[in-house]
Amino acid sequence: MSGAVVTAGAGGSPLPIQIAAMAGRSVIRLIRQPAAIIPSVIFPLFLLAVNAGGLNAATDLPGFPTDSYITFAIAFTFIQSAIFSTMNAGQNLAQDIENGFFSRLVLTPMRPSALMAGQLAGLVLLGQFQALVYFAVGVAAGAEFAAGVGGYFVLAALVSIISIGFGGIGLIMAIRTGSGEAVQGMFPLMFVLLFFSSMTLPRNLIEQDWYRFLATINPVSYLIEAIRSLFITGWDGEALALGFGIATLIAVLSIAFAARSLKGRMLK
Amino acid sequence: MSFLNRAYFASAWAVAWRYLHNLYTKPAVFVPGLIFPLFFLAAFAGGLSSVGDVPGFDYYDFTAFQFCFVLIQASALAGVFVGFSIAGDFEMGMGRRMMLATSNRSAIVIGYAIGAALRLIVVWVIITGVSLLAGMGVRGDGFDIAGMYMLGLLANLAALFFSAGIALRFRSLQAGPLMQMPVFIILFLAPVYVPQELLTGWIEPVASVNPVTALLDGARSLIAGEPSGLLLAYGVAIGLIAVMAVWAMRGLRKAEVAG
Repeated sequence: MSGAVVTAGAGGSPLPIQIAAMAGRSVIRLIRQPAAIIPSVIFPLFLLAVNAGGLNAATDLPGFPTDSYITFAIAFTFIQSAIFSTMNAGQNLAQDIENGFFSRLVLTPMRPSALMAGQLAGLVLLGQFQALVYFAVGVAAGAEFAAGVGGYFVLAALVSIISIGFGGIGLIMAIRTGSGEAVQGMFPLMFVLLFFSSMTLPRNLIEQDWYRFLATINPVSYLIEAIRSLFITGWDGEALALGFGIATLIAVLSIAFAARSLKGRMLK
Repeated sequence: MSFLNRAYFASAWAVAWRYLHNLYTKPAVFVPGLIFPLFFLAAFAGGLSSVGDVPGFDYYDFTAFQFCFVLIQASALAGVFVGFSIAGDFEMGMGRRMMLATSNRSAIVIGYAIGAALRLIVVWVIITGVSLLAGMGVRGDGFDIAGMYMLGLLANLAALFFSAGIALRFRSLQAGPLMQMPVFIILFLAPVYVPQELLTGWIEPVASVNPVTALLDGARSLIAGEPSGLLLAYGVAIGLIAVMAVWAMRGLRKAEVAG
Protein backbone atom coordinates (compact mmCIF):
# COMPACT_ATOMS: atom_id res chain seq x y z
CA MET A 1 0.00 0.00 0.00
CA SER A 2 2.88 2.31 0.73
CA GLY A 3 4.11 2.01 -2.81
CA ALA A 4 0.67 2.85 -4.16
CA VAL A 5 0.49 5.90 -1.97
CA VAL A 6 3.88 7.19 -3.01
CA THR A 7 3.27 6.58 -6.73
CA ALA A 8 -0.18 8.11 -6.67
CA GLY A 9 1.03 11.02 -4.58
CA ALA A 10 3.79 11.80 -7.03
CA GLY A 11 1.49 11.76 -10.00
CA GLY A 12 -1.61 13.25 -8.36
CA SER A 13 -2.90 16.80 -8.26
CA PRO A 14 -0.47 19.55 -7.22
CA LEU A 15 0.19 19.99 -3.53
CA PRO A 16 -1.52 23.42 -3.21
CA ILE A 17 -4.76 21.95 -4.59
CA GLN A 18 -4.57 19.05 -2.16
CA ILE A 19 -3.92 21.42 0.73
CA ALA A 20 -6.81 23.66 -0.35
CA ALA A 21 -9.15 20.66 -0.51
CA MET A 22 -8.19 19.46 2.95
CA ALA A 23 -8.23 22.98 4.40
CA GLY A 24 -11.69 23.55 2.95
CA ARG A 25 -12.92 20.34 4.55
CA SER A 26 -11.32 21.26 7.86
CA VAL A 27 -12.91 24.72 7.87
CA ILE A 28 -16.37 23.46 6.87
CA ARG A 29 -16.14 20.76 9.50
CA LEU A 30 -15.24 23.40 12.06
CA ILE A 31 -18.17 25.62 11.13
CA ARG A 32 -20.52 22.64 11.36
CA GLN A 33 -19.41 21.87 14.91
CA PRO A 34 -20.57 24.83 16.99
CA ALA A 35 -20.64 22.52 20.02
CA ALA A 36 -16.88 22.12 19.68
CA ILE A 37 -16.14 25.79 18.95
CA ILE A 38 -18.39 27.61 21.39
CA PRO A 39 -16.94 26.12 24.61
CA SER A 40 -13.40 26.81 23.40
CA VAL A 41 -14.36 30.47 22.94
CA ILE A 42 -16.55 30.90 26.01
CA PHE A 43 -14.52 29.02 28.62
CA PRO A 44 -11.35 31.19 28.36
CA LEU A 45 -13.55 34.30 28.51
CA PHE A 46 -15.24 32.97 31.62
CA LEU A 47 -11.93 32.36 33.35
CA LEU A 48 -10.74 35.81 32.27
CA ALA A 49 -13.85 37.43 33.74
CA VAL A 50 -13.53 35.47 36.99
CA ASN A 51 -9.81 36.15 37.37
CA ALA A 52 -10.14 39.82 36.45
CA GLY A 53 -12.69 40.34 39.22
CA GLY A 54 -11.20 37.92 41.71
CA LEU A 55 -7.57 38.90 41.42
CA ASN A 56 -7.80 42.61 40.74
CA ALA A 57 -6.57 43.17 44.29
CA ALA A 58 -3.25 41.62 43.22
CA THR A 59 -2.48 44.83 41.28
CA ASP A 60 -1.89 46.43 44.71
CA LEU A 61 1.18 44.23 45.21
CA PRO A 62 4.39 46.27 45.01
CA GLY A 63 6.01 45.72 41.59
CA PHE A 64 2.87 44.58 39.79
CA PRO A 65 3.37 45.81 36.21
CA THR A 66 -0.07 47.37 35.64
CA ASP A 67 -2.99 48.68 37.67
CA SER A 68 -5.53 46.73 35.57
CA TYR A 69 -5.65 42.99 36.16
CA ILE A 70 -7.62 42.38 32.98
CA THR A 71 -4.76 43.93 30.97
CA PHE A 72 -2.41 41.53 32.72
CA ALA A 73 -4.63 38.43 32.46
CA ILE A 74 -5.92 38.71 28.90
CA ALA A 75 -2.73 37.21 27.44
CA PHE A 76 -3.52 33.94 29.16
CA THR A 77 -6.83 33.78 27.27
CA PHE A 78 -5.08 33.60 23.90
CA ILE A 79 -2.79 30.82 25.05
CA GLN A 80 -5.62 28.90 26.68
CA SER A 81 -7.61 28.89 23.46
CA ALA A 82 -4.54 27.79 21.49
CA ILE A 83 -4.07 24.89 23.88
CA PHE A 84 -7.74 23.97 23.57
CA SER A 85 -7.17 23.86 19.82
CA THR A 86 -4.71 21.03 20.44
CA MET A 87 -7.70 18.98 21.45
CA ASN A 88 -9.76 20.08 18.46
CA ALA A 89 -7.07 19.20 15.92
CA GLY A 90 -6.30 15.89 17.52
CA GLN A 91 -9.94 15.03 18.05
CA ASN A 92 -10.83 15.66 14.40
CA LEU A 93 -7.98 13.57 13.05
CA ALA A 94 -8.61 10.80 15.60
CA GLN A 95 -12.24 10.77 14.50
CA ASP A 96 -11.11 10.39 10.87
CA ILE A 97 -8.94 7.44 11.89
CA GLU A 98 -11.68 5.84 14.00
CA ASN A 99 -14.40 6.11 11.38
CA GLY A 100 -12.20 4.85 8.55
CA PHE A 101 -12.01 8.11 6.58
CA PHE A 102 -8.24 8.20 7.07
CA SER A 103 -7.84 4.69 5.62
CA ARG A 104 -9.82 5.71 2.56
CA LEU A 105 -7.69 8.83 2.24
CA VAL A 106 -4.53 6.72 2.22
CA LEU A 107 -5.80 5.04 -0.95
CA THR A 108 -6.02 8.40 -2.73
CA PRO A 109 -3.09 10.43 -4.12
CA MET A 110 -3.30 12.74 -1.08
CA ARG A 111 0.14 13.61 0.30
CA PRO A 112 0.72 13.48 4.08
CA SER A 113 1.83 17.12 4.10
CA ALA A 114 -1.47 18.17 2.52
CA LEU A 115 -3.42 16.25 5.14
CA MET A 116 -1.57 17.95 7.98
CA ALA A 117 -1.62 21.41 6.46
CA GLY A 118 -5.33 21.06 5.81
CA GLN A 119 -6.05 20.07 9.42
CA LEU A 120 -3.98 22.95 10.73
CA ALA A 121 -5.57 25.51 8.38
CA GLY A 122 -8.91 25.16 10.12
CA LEU A 123 -7.15 25.56 13.42
CA VAL A 124 -5.38 28.75 12.40
CA LEU A 125 -8.70 30.15 11.21
CA LEU A 126 -10.33 29.29 14.55
CA GLY A 127 -7.35 30.81 16.36
CA GLN A 128 -7.75 34.07 14.45
CA PHE A 129 -11.48 34.18 15.15
CA GLN A 130 -10.87 33.57 18.85
CA ALA A 131 -8.09 36.17 18.98
CA LEU A 132 -10.39 38.77 17.46
CA VAL A 133 -13.19 37.92 19.91
CA TYR A 134 -10.87 37.99 22.94
CA PHE A 135 -9.23 41.20 21.83
CA ALA A 136 -12.57 42.94 21.28
CA VAL A 137 -14.08 41.68 24.54
CA GLY A 138 -10.92 42.48 26.50
CA VAL A 139 -10.61 46.02 25.19
CA ALA A 140 -14.35 46.60 25.70
CA ALA A 141 -13.93 45.39 29.30
CA GLY A 142 -11.13 47.86 29.94
CA ALA A 143 -7.91 46.13 28.88
CA GLU A 144 -5.28 48.49 27.50
CA PHE A 145 -3.30 47.58 24.37
CA ALA A 146 -0.04 49.46 24.47
CA ALA A 147 1.37 48.22 21.15
CA GLY A 148 -1.26 49.95 19.00
CA VAL A 149 -2.62 48.85 15.62
CA GLY A 150 0.65 47.34 14.40
CA GLY A 151 0.79 45.30 17.56
CA TYR A 152 -2.44 43.53 16.67
CA PHE A 153 -0.81 42.04 13.55
CA VAL A 154 2.10 40.83 15.66
CA LEU A 155 -0.40 39.33 18.10
CA ALA A 156 -2.27 37.61 15.24
CA ALA A 157 0.99 36.20 13.84
CA LEU A 158 2.07 34.87 17.22
CA VAL A 159 -1.35 33.30 17.85
CA SER A 160 -1.15 31.56 14.45
CA ILE A 161 2.26 30.06 15.20
CA ILE A 162 1.14 28.96 18.66
CA SER A 163 -2.01 27.37 17.18
CA ILE A 164 0.10 25.46 14.66
CA GLY A 165 2.52 24.35 17.37
CA PHE A 166 -0.11 23.04 19.77
CA GLY A 167 -2.24 21.76 16.90
CA GLY A 168 0.78 19.72 15.81
CA ILE A 169 0.95 18.16 19.28
CA GLY A 170 -2.72 17.22 18.97
CA LEU A 171 -2.01 15.63 15.57
CA ILE A 172 0.87 13.59 17.00
CA MET A 173 -1.39 12.21 19.71
CA ALA A 174 -4.16 11.43 17.23
CA ILE A 175 -1.85 9.75 14.73
CA ARG A 176 0.01 7.68 17.30
CA THR A 177 -3.04 6.52 19.26
CA GLY A 178 -5.82 6.73 16.67
CA SER A 179 -8.17 7.39 19.55
CA GLY A 180 -10.23 10.47 20.36
CA GLU A 181 -10.40 9.33 23.98
CA ALA A 182 -6.60 9.32 24.23
CA VAL A 183 -6.45 12.82 22.77
CA GLN A 184 -8.98 14.01 25.36
CA GLY A 185 -6.84 12.34 28.01
CA MET A 186 -4.14 14.92 27.23
CA PHE A 187 -6.36 17.69 28.54
CA PRO A 188 -5.19 17.52 32.18
CA LEU A 189 -1.55 17.64 31.06
CA MET A 190 -2.26 20.72 28.97
CA PHE A 191 -4.07 22.31 31.90
CA VAL A 192 -1.05 21.69 34.13
CA LEU A 193 1.20 23.38 31.55
CA LEU A 194 -1.12 26.37 31.62
CA PHE A 195 -1.47 26.72 35.36
CA PHE A 196 2.18 26.17 36.31
CA SER A 197 3.22 29.22 34.36
CA SER A 198 3.24 32.96 34.95
CA MET A 199 -0.45 33.13 34.04
CA THR A 200 -1.76 34.68 37.26
CA LEU A 201 1.24 36.61 38.57
CA PRO A 202 4.50 37.92 37.11
CA ARG A 203 7.31 35.46 37.81
CA ASN A 204 9.17 37.93 40.06
CA LEU A 205 6.10 38.14 42.31
CA ILE A 206 5.69 34.37 42.76
CA GLU A 207 6.80 33.77 46.35
CA GLN A 208 7.19 30.00 46.31
CA ASP A 209 10.60 29.05 44.87
CA TRP A 210 9.45 25.70 43.48
CA TYR A 211 6.53 27.31 41.69
CA ARG A 212 8.69 30.10 40.27
CA PHE A 213 11.17 27.47 39.06
CA LEU A 214 8.40 25.53 37.30
CA ALA A 215 7.05 28.72 35.75
CA THR A 216 10.55 29.64 34.55
CA ILE A 217 11.21 26.33 32.81
CA ASN A 218 7.67 26.17 31.40
CA PRO A 219 7.71 27.41 27.78
CA VAL A 220 4.09 28.51 28.14
CA SER A 221 5.26 31.32 30.46
CA TYR A 222 7.25 32.89 27.62
CA LEU A 223 4.35 32.65 25.19
CA ILE A 224 2.09 34.38 27.72
CA GLU A 225 4.72 37.02 28.50
CA ALA A 226 5.22 37.85 24.82
CA ILE A 227 1.51 38.51 24.34
CA ARG A 228 1.30 40.28 27.70
CA SER A 229 4.13 42.62 26.67
CA LEU A 230 2.05 43.84 23.71
CA PHE A 231 -0.75 44.80 26.11
CA ILE A 232 1.29 46.26 28.96
CA THR A 233 4.64 47.47 27.61
CA GLY A 234 4.05 47.93 23.89
CA TRP A 235 7.12 46.69 22.08
CA ASP A 236 9.38 44.60 24.29
CA GLY A 237 11.99 43.09 21.96
CA GLU A 238 13.23 40.48 24.41
CA ALA A 239 9.77 39.19 25.38
CA LEU A 240 8.67 39.06 21.74
CA ALA A 241 11.87 37.36 20.57
CA LEU A 242 11.50 34.72 23.29
CA GLY A 243 7.80 34.24 22.54
CA PHE A 244 8.23 33.94 18.78
CA GLY A 245 11.35 31.79 19.17
CA ILE A 246 9.68 29.30 21.50
CA ALA A 247 6.43 29.23 19.52
CA THR A 248 8.37 28.58 16.29
CA LEU A 249 10.44 25.86 17.94
CA ILE A 250 7.29 24.11 19.25
CA ALA A 251 5.67 24.41 15.80
CA VAL A 252 8.69 23.05 13.93
CA LEU A 253 9.22 20.15 16.33
CA SER A 254 5.56 19.18 16.57
CA ILE A 255 5.06 19.31 12.80
CA ALA A 256 8.23 17.30 12.20
CA PHE A 257 7.15 14.61 14.68
CA ALA A 258 3.59 14.64 13.35
CA ALA A 259 4.87 14.19 9.77
CA ARG A 260 7.06 11.30 10.86
CA SER A 261 4.21 9.67 12.76
CA LEU A 262 1.86 10.18 9.83
CA LYS A 263 4.28 8.51 7.45
CA GLY A 264 4.45 5.54 9.79
CA ARG A 265 0.67 5.27 10.06
CA MET A 266 0.19 5.49 6.29
CA LEU A 267 2.59 2.62 5.82
CA LYS A 268 0.58 0.37 8.16
CA MET B 1 -40.94 4.99 55.79
CA SER B 2 -41.74 1.30 55.40
CA PHE B 3 -39.27 1.06 52.58
CA LEU B 4 -36.33 1.73 54.92
CA ASN B 5 -35.78 -1.95 55.71
CA ARG B 6 -32.86 -4.34 55.51
CA ALA B 7 -33.46 -5.13 51.84
CA TYR B 8 -33.37 -1.44 51.00
CA PHE B 9 -30.02 -0.90 52.68
CA ALA B 10 -28.66 -4.18 51.29
CA SER B 11 -29.47 -2.89 47.78
CA ALA B 12 -27.91 0.51 48.49
CA TRP B 13 -24.79 -1.10 49.92
CA ALA B 14 -24.48 -3.43 46.92
CA VAL B 15 -24.58 -0.43 44.57
CA ALA B 16 -22.04 1.42 46.73
CA TRP B 17 -19.74 -1.61 46.87
CA ARG B 18 -19.90 -2.12 43.12
CA TYR B 19 -19.15 1.57 42.56
CA LEU B 20 -16.13 1.53 44.87
CA HIS B 21 -14.85 -1.75 43.42
CA ASN B 22 -15.02 -0.38 39.91
CA LEU B 23 -13.44 2.87 41.04
CA TYR B 24 -10.44 1.39 42.78
CA THR B 25 -9.74 -1.22 40.13
CA LYS B 26 -9.66 1.38 37.36
CA PRO B 27 -6.88 3.91 38.02
CA ALA B 28 -7.87 5.88 34.90
CA VAL B 29 -11.18 6.68 36.62
CA PHE B 30 -9.90 7.13 40.15
CA VAL B 31 -6.67 9.06 39.57
CA PRO B 32 -8.09 12.20 37.87
CA GLY B 33 -10.42 12.73 40.84
CA LEU B 34 -7.35 12.82 43.07
CA ILE B 35 -5.02 14.70 40.77
CA PHE B 36 -7.34 17.62 40.04
CA PRO B 37 -7.75 18.82 43.65
CA LEU B 38 -4.02 18.45 44.27
CA PHE B 39 -3.29 20.34 41.11
CA PHE B 40 -5.61 23.20 42.09
CA LEU B 41 -4.13 23.23 45.58
CA ALA B 42 -0.60 23.52 44.19
CA ALA B 43 -1.56 26.10 41.57
CA PHE B 44 -3.53 28.33 43.94
CA ALA B 45 -1.82 27.92 47.28
CA GLY B 46 1.65 27.79 45.69
CA GLY B 47 1.41 30.12 42.74
CA LEU B 48 -0.73 32.81 44.33
CA SER B 49 0.70 32.89 47.84
CA SER B 50 1.84 36.51 47.44
CA VAL B 51 -1.85 37.44 47.04
CA GLY B 52 -1.99 36.88 50.80
CA ASP B 53 0.16 40.03 51.13
CA VAL B 54 -2.41 42.22 49.38
CA PRO B 55 -3.58 45.10 51.62
CA GLY B 56 -6.90 44.14 53.21
CA PHE B 57 -6.30 40.38 52.99
CA ASP B 58 -6.61 39.67 56.70
CA TYR B 59 -7.06 35.89 56.74
CA TYR B 60 -4.48 34.16 58.93
CA ASP B 61 -3.02 31.69 56.38
CA PHE B 62 -3.21 31.74 52.57
CA THR B 63 -2.76 27.96 52.25
CA ALA B 64 -5.66 27.38 54.65
CA PHE B 65 -7.72 29.93 52.71
CA GLN B 66 -7.14 28.00 49.47
CA PHE B 67 -7.44 24.62 51.17
CA CYS B 68 -11.07 25.38 52.04
CA PHE B 69 -11.85 26.13 48.40
CA VAL B 70 -10.11 22.97 47.25
CA LEU B 71 -11.94 20.94 49.92
CA ILE B 72 -15.36 22.18 48.79
CA GLN B 73 -14.39 21.89 45.13
CA ALA B 74 -12.99 18.35 45.47
CA SER B 75 -16.07 17.29 47.44
CA ALA B 76 -18.45 18.71 44.83
CA LEU B 77 -16.50 17.29 41.91
CA ALA B 78 -16.40 13.86 43.59
CA GLY B 79 -20.21 14.04 43.47
CA VAL B 80 -20.09 14.96 39.79
CA PHE B 81 -17.77 12.04 39.02
CA VAL B 82 -20.39 9.73 40.52
CA GLY B 83 -22.84 11.24 38.04
CA PHE B 84 -20.48 10.11 35.28
CA SER B 85 -20.54 6.59 36.69
CA ILE B 86 -24.35 6.55 36.82
CA ALA B 87 -24.54 7.76 33.22
CA GLY B 88 -21.97 5.15 32.17
CA ASP B 89 -23.85 2.37 33.95
CA PHE B 90 -27.12 3.30 32.26
CA GLU B 91 -25.41 3.67 28.88
CA MET B 92 -24.01 0.12 29.20
CA GLY B 93 -27.33 -1.34 30.33
CA MET B 94 -26.17 -1.98 33.88
CA GLY B 95 -28.56 0.66 35.19
CA ARG B 96 -31.56 -1.22 33.80
CA ARG B 97 -30.38 -4.43 35.40
CA MET B 98 -29.98 -2.65 38.73
CA MET B 99 -33.51 -1.29 38.45
CA LEU B 100 -34.85 -4.78 37.75
CA ALA B 101 -33.07 -6.14 40.80
CA THR B 102 -34.19 -3.43 43.25
CA SER B 103 -37.67 -3.20 44.70
CA ASN B 104 -37.28 0.44 45.74
CA ARG B 105 -35.15 2.17 43.17
CA SER B 106 -34.22 5.15 45.27
CA ALA B 107 -31.80 2.68 46.90
CA ILE B 108 -29.74 2.91 43.70
CA VAL B 109 -29.20 6.65 44.10
CA ILE B 110 -28.58 6.26 47.84
CA GLY B 111 -26.06 3.52 47.06
CA TYR B 112 -24.15 5.80 44.74
CA ALA B 113 -24.27 8.51 47.44
CA ILE B 114 -22.76 6.11 50.00
CA GLY B 115 -20.06 5.18 47.48
CA ALA B 116 -19.34 8.85 46.82
CA ALA B 117 -19.00 9.60 50.53
CA LEU B 118 -16.58 6.70 51.01
CA ARG B 119 -14.59 7.82 47.98
CA LEU B 120 -14.46 11.31 49.41
CA ILE B 121 -12.67 10.19 52.56
CA VAL B 122 -9.64 9.14 50.51
CA VAL B 123 -9.63 12.49 48.66
CA TRP B 124 -9.88 14.41 51.95
CA VAL B 125 -7.05 12.46 53.56
CA ILE B 126 -4.74 13.17 50.62
CA ILE B 127 -5.47 16.89 50.16
CA THR B 128 -5.35 17.48 53.91
CA GLY B 129 -2.07 15.60 54.22
CA VAL B 130 -0.49 17.54 51.36
CA SER B 131 -1.72 20.86 52.75
CA LEU B 132 -0.31 20.10 56.20
CA LEU B 133 3.00 19.08 54.64
CA ALA B 134 2.97 22.39 52.75
CA GLY B 135 2.80 24.19 56.10
CA MET B 136 -0.91 24.93 56.40
CA GLY B 137 -1.82 26.28 59.83
CA VAL B 138 -4.96 24.95 61.55
CA ARG B 139 -6.46 27.05 64.33
CA GLY B 140 -9.83 25.36 64.75
CA ASP B 141 -10.37 22.59 67.31
CA GLY B 142 -11.58 19.09 66.52
CA PHE B 143 -15.20 20.13 66.60
CA ASP B 144 -14.55 22.99 64.15
CA ILE B 145 -12.64 20.72 61.78
CA ALA B 146 -15.41 18.11 61.88
CA GLY B 147 -17.86 20.89 61.00
CA MET B 148 -15.69 21.93 58.06
CA TYR B 149 -15.59 18.40 56.65
CA MET B 150 -19.34 18.14 57.21
CA LEU B 151 -19.77 21.14 54.90
CA GLY B 152 -17.66 19.30 52.33
CA LEU B 153 -19.87 16.23 52.66
CA LEU B 154 -23.00 18.33 52.18
CA ALA B 155 -21.46 19.96 49.05
CA ASN B 156 -20.70 16.46 47.80
CA LEU B 157 -24.30 15.32 48.30
CA ALA B 158 -25.76 18.39 46.61
CA ALA B 159 -23.47 17.99 43.56
CA LEU B 160 -24.12 14.25 43.46
CA PHE B 161 -27.91 14.64 43.43
CA PHE B 162 -27.59 17.37 40.77
CA SER B 163 -25.43 15.24 38.48
CA ALA B 164 -27.48 12.10 39.20
CA GLY B 165 -30.57 14.00 38.03
CA ILE B 166 -28.83 14.81 34.75
CA ALA B 167 -27.37 11.31 34.38
CA LEU B 168 -30.73 9.64 34.95
CA ARG B 169 -32.46 11.88 32.43
CA PHE B 170 -29.87 11.51 29.64
CA ARG B 171 -28.52 8.05 30.55
CA SER B 172 -25.43 8.78 28.43
CA LEU B 173 -21.89 9.87 29.15
CA GLN B 174 -22.36 12.54 26.51
CA ALA B 175 -24.18 14.50 29.19
CA GLY B 176 -20.88 14.78 31.11
CA PRO B 177 -20.33 18.49 30.35
CA LEU B 178 -23.88 19.24 31.54
CA MET B 179 -22.97 17.78 34.92
CA GLN B 180 -19.47 19.20 35.21
CA MET B 181 -19.68 22.70 33.77
CA PRO B 182 -22.43 24.20 35.98
CA VAL B 183 -20.70 22.92 39.13
CA PHE B 184 -17.34 24.19 37.92
CA ILE B 185 -18.81 27.59 37.07
CA ILE B 186 -20.72 28.08 40.32
CA LEU B 187 -17.58 27.16 42.29
CA PHE B 188 -15.51 29.80 40.50
CA LEU B 189 -18.16 32.47 40.94
CA ALA B 190 -17.40 32.45 44.67
CA PRO B 191 -14.52 34.26 46.43
CA VAL B 192 -11.84 31.79 45.31
CA TYR B 193 -8.65 33.83 45.51
CA VAL B 194 -9.41 36.64 47.97
CA PRO B 195 -12.08 37.36 50.62
CA GLN B 196 -15.34 38.77 49.31
CA GLU B 197 -14.48 42.30 50.48
CA LEU B 198 -11.57 42.38 48.02
CA LEU B 199 -13.57 41.28 44.98
CA THR B 200 -14.17 43.97 42.38
CA GLY B 201 -16.44 44.42 39.39
CA TRP B 202 -19.33 42.18 38.39
CA ILE B 203 -18.10 39.17 40.34
CA GLU B 204 -18.63 40.89 43.70
CA PRO B 205 -22.48 41.01 43.54
CA VAL B 206 -22.55 37.56 41.91
CA ALA B 207 -20.42 36.09 44.68
CA SER B 208 -22.61 37.71 47.33
CA VAL B 209 -25.66 35.71 46.15
CA ASN B 210 -23.77 32.55 45.23
CA PRO B 211 -24.61 29.75 47.70
CA VAL B 212 -21.05 28.43 47.43
CA THR B 213 -19.83 31.67 49.06
CA ALA B 214 -21.71 30.76 52.25
CA LEU B 215 -20.12 27.29 52.24
CA LEU B 216 -16.64 28.71 51.68
CA ASP B 217 -17.02 31.40 54.33
CA GLY B 218 -18.30 28.82 56.79
CA ALA B 219 -15.43 26.40 56.10
CA ARG B 220 -12.82 29.18 56.29
CA SER B 221 -14.20 30.42 59.57
CA LEU B 222 -14.11 26.90 61.02
CA ILE B 223 -10.51 26.12 60.11
CA ALA B 224 -9.56 29.56 61.48
CA GLY B 225 -11.18 28.63 64.80
CA GLU B 226 -13.56 31.59 64.58
CA PRO B 227 -16.88 30.02 63.52
CA SER B 228 -19.23 32.48 61.87
CA GLY B 229 -22.04 32.35 59.35
CA LEU B 230 -22.58 28.65 60.06
CA LEU B 231 -26.36 28.84 60.20
CA LEU B 232 -26.37 30.29 56.69
CA ALA B 233 -23.75 27.81 55.45
CA TYR B 234 -25.55 24.71 56.75
CA GLY B 235 -28.95 26.13 55.83
CA VAL B 236 -27.86 26.74 52.24
CA ALA B 237 -26.24 23.32 52.00
CA ILE B 238 -29.28 21.48 53.35
CA GLY B 239 -31.59 23.53 51.13
CA LEU B 240 -29.51 22.66 48.06
CA ILE B 241 -29.54 18.98 48.99
CA ALA B 242 -33.32 19.01 49.41
CA VAL B 243 -33.89 20.63 46.01
CA MET B 244 -31.34 18.43 44.25
CA ALA B 245 -32.66 15.27 45.89
CA VAL B 246 -36.08 15.99 44.39
CA TRP B 247 -34.36 16.64 41.03
CA ALA B 248 -32.53 13.31 41.27
CA MET B 249 -35.60 11.33 42.29
CA ARG B 250 -37.62 12.81 39.46
CA GLY B 251 -34.77 11.82 37.16
CA LEU B 252 -35.06 8.31 38.54
CA ARG B 253 -38.78 8.27 37.70
CA LYS B 254 -37.93 9.35 34.15
CA ALA B 255 -35.35 6.58 33.87
CA GLU B 256 -37.97 4.09 35.10
CA VAL B 257 -40.52 5.32 32.56
CA ALA B 258 -37.92 5.07 29.79
CA GLY B 259 -37.32 1.45 30.79
